[in-house]
Amino acid sequence: MQKRAVFGSRIVPYALLAPQLAITLVFFYWPASQAVWQSFHLEDAFGLSTEFVGFENYVHLFSQPEYYRAMWTTLVFSTAVTVLSLSVALYLAVMADKQLRAAATYKTLLMWPYAVAPAVAGVLWLFMFQPSLGLVARGLRLWGLDWNPLLNGTHAMTLVVLAATWKQISYNFLFFLAGLQAIPKSLIEASAIDGAGPTRRFWTIIFPLLSPTTFFLIVVNVVYVFFDTFGIIDAVTGGGPAKATETLVYKVYSDGRLGGDLGGSAAQSVILMFIVIALTAIQFRYIERKVTY
Amino acid sequence: MVERRRLGNIVPHLVLWIGIAIVAFPVYLAFVASTYDATTIANGQMGLAPGPLFLENYYRAIFVGTSRSTREPVGTMMLNSFVMAMGIAVGKIAISILSAYAIVYFKFPFRMTAFWIIFITLMLPVEVRIYPTYKIVADLGLLDTYAGLIVPLIASATGTLLFRQFFMTIPDELVEASKIDGAGFFRFFKDTVLPLSITTMAALFVIQFIYGWNQYLWPLLITTKDSMQTIVIGIKKMIVTQDALTEWQLAMATAVLAMLPPVAVVILMQRLFVKGLVETEK
Repeated sequence: MQKRAVFGSRIVPYALLAPQLAITLVFFYWPASQAVWQSFHLEDAFGLSTEFVGFENYVHLFSQPEYYRAMWTTLVFSTAVTVLSLSVALYLAVMADKQLRAAATYKTLLMWPYAVAPAVAGVLWLFMFQPSLGLVARGLRLWGLDWNPLLNGTHAMTLVVLAATWKQISYNFLFFLAGLQAIPKSLIEASAIDGAGPTRRFWTIIFPLLSPTTFFLIVVNVVYVFFDTFGIIDAVTGGGPAKATETLVYKVYSDGRLGGDLGGSAAQSVILMFIVIALTAIQFRYIERKVTY
Repeated sequence: MVERRRLGNIVPHLVLWIGIAIVAFPVYLAFVASTYDATTIANGQMGLAPGPLFLENYYRAIFVGTSRSTREPVGTMMLNSFVMAMGIAVGKIAISILSAYAIVYFKFPFRMTAFWIIFITLMLPVEVRIYPTYKIVADLGLLDTYAGLIVPLIASATGTLLFRQFFMTIPDELVEASKIDGAGFFRFFKDTVLPLSITTMAALFVIQFIYGWNQYLWPLLITTKDSMQTIVIGIKKMIVTQDALTEWQLAMATAVLAMLPPVAVVILMQRLFVKGLVETEK
């Protein structure tokens, strides 16, 4: 990973690295270690003294039904968004791949939601589904559905899933389309000559060849749902109603800020760090495999 | 195409246009809402065609602000968002190109250590360490400042990895040649590496500008003054839980304004955007 010819200097490389390392140490390593430290300590209500409590924060955390509930919420949320946005994006990408000449136009028209802030996406969907004035909500009412995401947990979850999916389709679409366009046309033609219809060709040739892209996207989507949807949840439901949309990340935020439970919040942060590290490790193993694929 | 069927060509177009329509619908509706008055929206009488108050609502949003919730005109918020997004994008590019240059083109003790120190930060999004980071920024007296909004977010491994990857593709002969010409590390950087990196820098810029503009949790925590809030935070504050108090027409005008810059960047710099997206994910 280094060049044959390099510059020799004692001070220069450190000077070049200094800004990045300084910021990294101050804003990454120091807070991360603080989180670990806090997770083993208990702070009194006034923040005057701290006491070492070992794993008590963790034990307490895992004894709370709310924590398991947040885990379950996160699982439901991330599965729903990943499955929905991947399938819609794949379907659209397959359609766009058929029209090579127009594919570029469709790409432009479908990729811009990536640039919309999660919180703004949340507000857009909230507006459509707002029980008293939202256009779609009024339609649902006419159909006899008592739609109210402010009171009904399932409705609230549906709404955040829709907003999060809407924002993620563009990203998945771009990667699926690139993956599809990389599949050699000769393979498809060969199987068409062998008499395989479009559906059969898709499931036996195209879909397996896309599996590296799909797998990569699954990991990226899960990471997205875990961390980048904070804005959507905060803007649409604020974790409610009755914590029905409180994910793990949202719980770190609300326990630390609203609840003032820094130790518990820190313990949750540490667990989240392990989850992220695991996800990143999976992602990197996949990339190694892609090279030899 | 393998098969030529008349119908087979219409269906994909149809599906795609329906998809595009569904994707665009929430934004269109927001735009429509931003051209009506509050009462029409609140009574659910808004139609699907734009109303008459386009100029009035946008003027009020940008220069006056909502009367109850945010107290700050959107113009100020957009300026804050712009400073934050530019600061993050430019800052990230600057510090990561320097660190990547050091790692690739110099030989020094602890080179790999430095690389790993940076690399691991890839795994720690700000969301998992919010309160300790908040406390540090507070202790440094950076709450409600642009520096507090920008600096903690400009260090991440993405940029360094991207530039490192790109530098590895620059032929060694170029370094050798410029060393023979008597160029030092600075001249090689300025005359060779920098010009070659322009596309990579631009691609990274597009991605990071969007990332910075769309930040939510971080500005939410560290800005308490109305005058420092970003547009994405401002929007959230306009949506009040009691329906009657929300001025939806202004909130929606703000939403449209909040989407405009990053969406414009994506559409106008499409090729750079796709390049950046594909490369930063590696």
